Amino acid sequence: MSFAIKKQGDIVVVDVEGQLIVGNRQELKQRVLDELEKGERKFLIDFSQTGYIDSSGLGVLVSLSKKIREQGGELRLANLNDDLKTLFELTKLDTLFQISDTRERALETF
Amino acid sequence: MAASNSPPFIPERVHIALELEIPSDVRYIERVVEIVALQCSQFSYPARQTCLNIPVALSEALSNAILRGNGERAGAYVQVKVDVTQERLILEVLDEGLGFDFEDCLTDPTEPGNLEREDGRGLFLMTRLMDRIERFSNQGNVVRMTLKRND
Repeated sequence: MSFAIKKQGDIVVVDVEGQLIVGNRQELKQRVLDELEKGERKFLIDFSQTGYIDSSGLGVLVSLSKKIREQGGELRLANLNDDLKTLFELTKLDTLFQISDTRERALETF
Repeated sequence: MAASNSPPFIPERVHIALELEIPSDVRYIERVVEIVALQCSQFSYPARQTCLNIPVALSEALSNAILRGNGERAGAYVQVKVDVTQERLILEVLDEGLGFDFEDCLTDPTEPGNLEREDGRGLFLMTRLMDRIERFSNQGNVVRMTLKRND
């Protein structure tokens, strides 16, 4: 598992490689919050290389989304595979996030 | 021998039984999930079940056992019993805690007032991703999860 963070224009793009679960969620949270503190406001998390996400991982996404919104920013998601889409639908988190099918589409429409 | 539509290397009546024991440390969860998913892959369980249902439900049960049941106590262990056949998977996760009332702890995270909560999705996901969840005490607190193969 690892996280790769890079800037594309004014958007911070985070790639989640592997699982997003209880053992690593704090690392993701801290790295995104560090960027938020530096003044970044647009965040995109790309799940194209992600295996599964547990409830702690979902919780961190919800928490980050709230914190970013409180600072006038936005967190969007891209590239959820069918299993991850099902997870978001089961928990109705698909209604909370703007989710794009591809990274390119997410970047274009941000 | 296996029927013609069964995986060639696993006869129909074979079942795999495993027992694992891990310290109360969440860093072990991913490896345990890999081992269990691999056993189900040997029986050619559908990818949806080996990539979603099993990993997420088992991660939740292990997290609960490590963080809540054992309170991450050094010296406390979590046992995992795995029994998989062509038809179904049974998982038992045992911790050294006092247990909990599953129904009392179960909330609906999809209700509008709960949607933006950071916690409260673990037990909900277990019930949605497994066919049956049971909790009982047997020299510790046991959560048993059953998943029927669903091709």
